[in-house]
Amino acid sequence: MKILPVIPILLPMAVAILSVLLRGDEKRAHMLAIAGAVVHLMVAVLLMGAVLRQGVVAVWIGNWPAPFGICLAVDYLSAAMVVITAVIHTAVTVYARRDIDDRQVGLGFYSFMQLLAAALCGAFLTGDLFNLYVWFEVMLMASFGLLVMGRGPGLLPGAVKYVTINLISTLFFLTAIGLIYGLTGTLNMADLHAKAAGVQNTDLLTAAAMLLMAAFGIKAALFPLFFWLPAAYPTLPVSVSAFFAGMLTKVGVYAIIRMFTLVFTHDTGVTHNTLLVVAALTMLFGVVGAAAQMEMRRILSFHIISQVGYMVLGLAMFTPLALAGAIVYLVHHIIVKANLFLVSGLVRQAGGSFHLKHVGGLYKSHGLVAVGFIIPAFALAGFPPLSGFWAKLLIIKAGIDSQYYTLAVLAALVGLLTVFSMIKIWSEVFWKPSPAEGSRSSGRSRLSAWMLGPVLALAMITVLLGIFMEPVIRFSVIAAGQLLDPEPYVSAVLRGAR
Amino acid sequence: MEALLACLVGLLFAAGLYLMLSGVLVRFVFGLSLISNAVNLLIFTAGRLENVHPPLIAEGQTTLSVPASNALPQALILTAIVIGFAMVTFLLVLLNGAYLRTGSQDTDDPPFLDETGDGSLHAASAGRSAESDPS
Repeated sequence: MKILPVIPILLPMAVAILSVLLRGDEKRAHMLAIAGAVVHLMVAVLLMGAVLRQGVVAVWIGNWPAPFGICLAVDYLSAAMVVITAVIHTAVTVYARRDIDDRQVGLGFYSFMQLLAAALCGAFLTGDLFNLYVWFEVMLMASFGLLVMGRGPGLLPGAVKYVTINLISTLFFLTAIGLIYGLTGTLNMADLHAKAAGVQNTDLLTAAAMLLMAAFGIKAALFPLFFWLPAAYPTLPVSVSAFFAGMLTKVGVYAIIRMFTLVFTHDTGVTHNTLLVVAALTMLFGVVGAAAQMEMRRILSFHIISQVGYMVLGLAMFTPLALAGAIVYLVHHIIVKANLFLVSGLVRQAGGSFHLKHVGGLYKSHGLVAVGFIIPAFALAGFPPLSGFWAKLLIIKAGIDSQYYTLAVLAALVGLLTVFSMIKIWSEVFWKPSPAEGSRSSGRSRLSAWMLGPVLALAMITVLLGIFMEPVIRFSVIAAGQLLDPEPYVSAVLRGAR
Repeated sequence: MEALLACLVGLLFAAGLYLMLSGVLVRFVFGLSLISNAVNLLIFTAGRLENVHPPLIAEGQTTLSVPASNALPQALILTAIVIGFAMVTFLLVLLNGAYLRTGSQDTDDPPFLDETGDGSLHAASAGRSAESDPS
């Protein structure tokens, strides 16, 4: 089917419009959202099948002759990202049933959620730089809508930080687009691949590349542009924070990977070495920042930052193995991180608070929550045989192969510090006797299957990813090969509309 | 013409940055508007500046025979203006809400400096929400 790559974008948009009509009816709106998310997942899997058969799938919207007009181009990496978006989208939508109240449904929660999913898929699928900008803006608008639905003391200051820094990122992005268009006369990524190599004024091209790096670095929460993330995420409703934590920073990472493999490889001495330093500092500062926090979602937010560092490190080393490691890391991290945020919601429901000081004893009273936490937490810290171990192993091995010994040691050290934070949560939330023993929260509050189900399902995926890692790594190596040798991608796109 | 526009873009960027760095949120909005206009001009200049011939293809030909202005950057700018307008509108509403809740427009004030998430700094200026309160 020729229009297959368009469906993962159009479908959630259609569901979003329908959800507006159902916003007064919580139950039906939820059913519609789940149905939409499940179909979204099926379409994403179909698209993945098409990509596995053909290598690269490209569609020119409106049948314009290439390279004019807008194209969608799907390679292994894009297809994997779309599938993973749909998985998280489904899990979070199921979870939202108990997490989101009438008021938030009335404000259009499900519409914004679906729009966000559509925009994410658009950003992953597009083959045009300006179109990517448009999807980023759609994503921003949807995330703003979800952001102001939360409550809690830090909500508005957190929202202000999130919104302003993201608007600055937009300006960087647009400036870079202007410079790139002026230099090359095209904004199609595949076309840019050839045209960027022919640019005479490489310094100006590097300047544009650095502007883009800053723009995407803000989205990805790279050092030193990460402060907005721990300010904003803990104020969100739990299901929203899980979706954001899983996907939003990763769009930035995806965009960096795409642009700095396909277009900006003319001066890796400057661009990729900068990324190398930034990635190392991101890993370190994220994990150290987490150590100082005592609120569960803040700890997890800082860990997003440190984990993003690993992915960018994989790109910055720029070898096939390192890139494959970065892709495995992306897939593993999205699932694990979204899951941990969902668990934090369960902890809140069972123990009454996100704050480590105010909860305890959940190991005894809620064993399933403990299972749901320990699997993603160990995966995040990199215990074998869970998925995080393999992802870290690939990155560290690539580092040693390229003789970046310091970075390899740093990556291992950050893993160790991650264990420290996870153990802190484990011992405070699960092992410590409940601080309110004998009073209100000692009675076992029942947890909803709507919330527990997605958590355990994602934990199961994490375990399965760890056990059946070999095909995942094989897939990632092919994906990395496509990124490092973009000729098939470029020719598939520029073959044009038929 | 290009040089003139380039200088204007630089000037707008400088003024916008100055306003954005002042730490007062309303000035941030003004700075943002200035810079987004500067970026639009930059895209416009990065296209092709030509004020003599309209981009019309003469009859019987398939391509432009004379240098004409480039229509694509203008389409891009139009998109960017619409999106930028929506963003600034949202930002104004948000800042107004933040001002009403925190009573502050200055990012150096306590409500904007809370880095621990327990709301202790914020509790002084606005009531503590029931959600994060365990008791």
